[in-house]
Amino acid sequence: MTAQCTEPAAEQALVTDDRLGSEADTVYAALVAAHEGLSAHDGQRLNVRLVLLLANHIGSAAVIHEALVLARTGLEGEQRR
Amino acid sequence: MTSYSYTEYAMTLAPELSGATPGIYPVVIVGAGPIGLSAAIDLALHGVPSVVLDENNVVSVGSRAICWAKRSLEIFDRLGVAQRMLDKGVIWKVGRVYHRDREIHAFDLLPEEGHRFPAFVNLQQYYVEQYLIERCWEFPDLIDLRFLNQVTAVLPKPGAVTVRVDTPDGDYTCSAHYVLACDGARSTVRSLLGLGMLGETFEDRFLIADIEMTADFPSERRFWFEPSFHPGQSALLHKQPENIYRIDLQLGANADPERETMPEAVVPRIEKVVQGRPFALDWVSVYSFQCRRLERFLHGRVLFVGDSAHVVSPFGARGGNGGIHDVDNLCWKLAAVLQGSAGPALLESYNDERIHGADENILQSARTTRFMSPHAGAERLFRDETLALARDLPFARGLMNPGRLSTPCSLAGFPLQTPAETAVPARMAPGQPCLDAPVTGADGRPGWLLAHLGGTFRLLAVNQPAPSLPGLPVVTVGAGSDGAGSALGDPAAWVEQRYGDGLFLIRPDQHVAAHWPAHGPPASPAIVAAAWRRALGFMASKAAALVETWEYV
Repeated sequence: MTAQCTEPAAEQALVTDDRLGSEADTVYAALVAAHEGLSAHDGQRLNVRLVLLLANHIGSAAVIHEALVLARTGLEGEQRR
Repeated sequence: MTSYSYTEYAMTLAPELSGATPGIYPVVIVGAGPIGLSAAIDLALHGVPSVVLDENNVVSVGSRAICWAKRSLEIFDRLGVAQRMLDKGVIWKVGRVYHRDREIHAFDLLPEEGHRFPAFVNLQQYYVEQYLIERCWEFPDLIDLRFLNQVTAVLPKPGAVTVRVDTPDGDYTCSAHYVLACDGARSTVRSLLGLGMLGETFEDRFLIADIEMTADFPSERRFWFEPSFHPGQSALLHKQPENIYRIDLQLGANADPERETMPEAVVPRIEKVVQGRPFALDWVSVYSFQCRRLERFLHGRVLFVGDSAHVVSPFGARGGNGGIHDVDNLCWKLAAVLQGSAGPALLESYNDERIHGADENILQSARTTRFMSPHAGAERLFRDETLALARDLPFARGLMNPGRLSTPCSLAGFPLQTPAETAVPARMAPGQPCLDAPVTGADGRPGWLLAHLGGTFRLLAVNQPAPSLPGLPVVTVGAGSDGAGSALGDPAAWVEQRYGDGLFLIRPDQHVAAHWPAHGPPASPAIVAAAWRRALGFMASKAAALVETWEYV
């Protein structure tokens, strides 16, 4: 029998080059439109659901971590304990 | 009061109180709970005598730890009590998760066949302690159980530790080369040495109740987020033998523990859970949880084992099981130290390996507790929306955290293990606990692989010959035996499938110390001997040098 070996995960990195191209305006408009008619709280709920769905779609803790670091830049806020 | 009928164990007069001077004991164990008793038995199996001191004379009041995981059962089997636990306990492997009143997820904790022990056995702690005490009695020359013996002082000295003990018949002092503090979350030894715990404390309070009730509830772990019978909080239901059910109800941060333990508060809550079925309260407690540990588990000759060293929230059954893993890891090392076969780094490896295990348990149970009691704001939002998505989308069920149940940790990367030079299956990489598998003995009788491993170092050879080293017993499975007909059979090829062809050095606690796959370079006797020496703690280590200095200066 041949031993099974765990494959090292493929190198993945966050893509920050433009991937939406000619669809950029459509996607942007859709993100904004999705919030129409929602209260601020429900808008937050929508964003959280979207983050969870897309995080799963990305499927890489390393890429998500990179995105989180980038997204938090400039939002240091209070010193966390 | 519980329906279990408690035996008050007889107190025997300590020899110190009848004028004897027993000299320095090899080991004194403080605490006769599951951890202290298991340690006494494990040491006895290695031929090491111990004195066990407990301030009480009955087994656990209340069922407390009830979920015993597969790996713990395998350890309990090595200690000689697992069959009784299996015969008495409730066997289960399926967990169900509900949101509001709808089932949204079910998980199987042991989906594959070919294991002797199930994923879990639910059995009240008082039965486990009773079985362990009765097993201790089978070693009358090696285990000295002293009930109603309360430790009042622990004085570490060079070469030994002096312990002061209070009993109804008077006080005495005794000395031991090593003291094992197995005295639980509120460890007396820990406070006597002035040691603090580091970590996180949770504000939420939980009601834990055992009830006696006739019901046809399944033998499964059932967990609810925000059920209609307990709105806005979480609930957990476990089945135990003799019609006892364990109910955990989250009460929030503002609950008053004294009021919440009164029957007039408890009964209406339980009535809603069991929906009108008649029941009797067996045991009730209100807890808040901590996920904390000592910075070190070794303090000179005082060693902390189980809850005295680390505490976790109960969602995941990582308290009692984690403590049994500590015992498994420690006792062979301590025996080797006392018997002079250990290298200088061996005892220190208990500290490193079990802090690693404790940290894993703390991380997992803290994450579960946070998921159950999210902070207001973004954390609450993420929790609630995860639950909302989990109703319809499979991916979100993986994000939902109703408890990640106890599994043994890998000891990969720690100094006792020899890293594999060739790629090996992850499940059997150095550091992993051995997997069980059905085998047939030389006489053709069916049995289990783990019964042939552990206790001492073993060389396991799967479908290949093994080099011969004096003092290292060989367990051969399948082809490649020495022709003496001593090989174990692998009738359904479970061993071959789980281990792959190759040679394995197995530690006394059934963890893989070294793995030489058949497709890699052959392991010469010198290579095996080097791995064996390494696993006994013979290697240059700064940490080991520090311990030496600490102990003998």
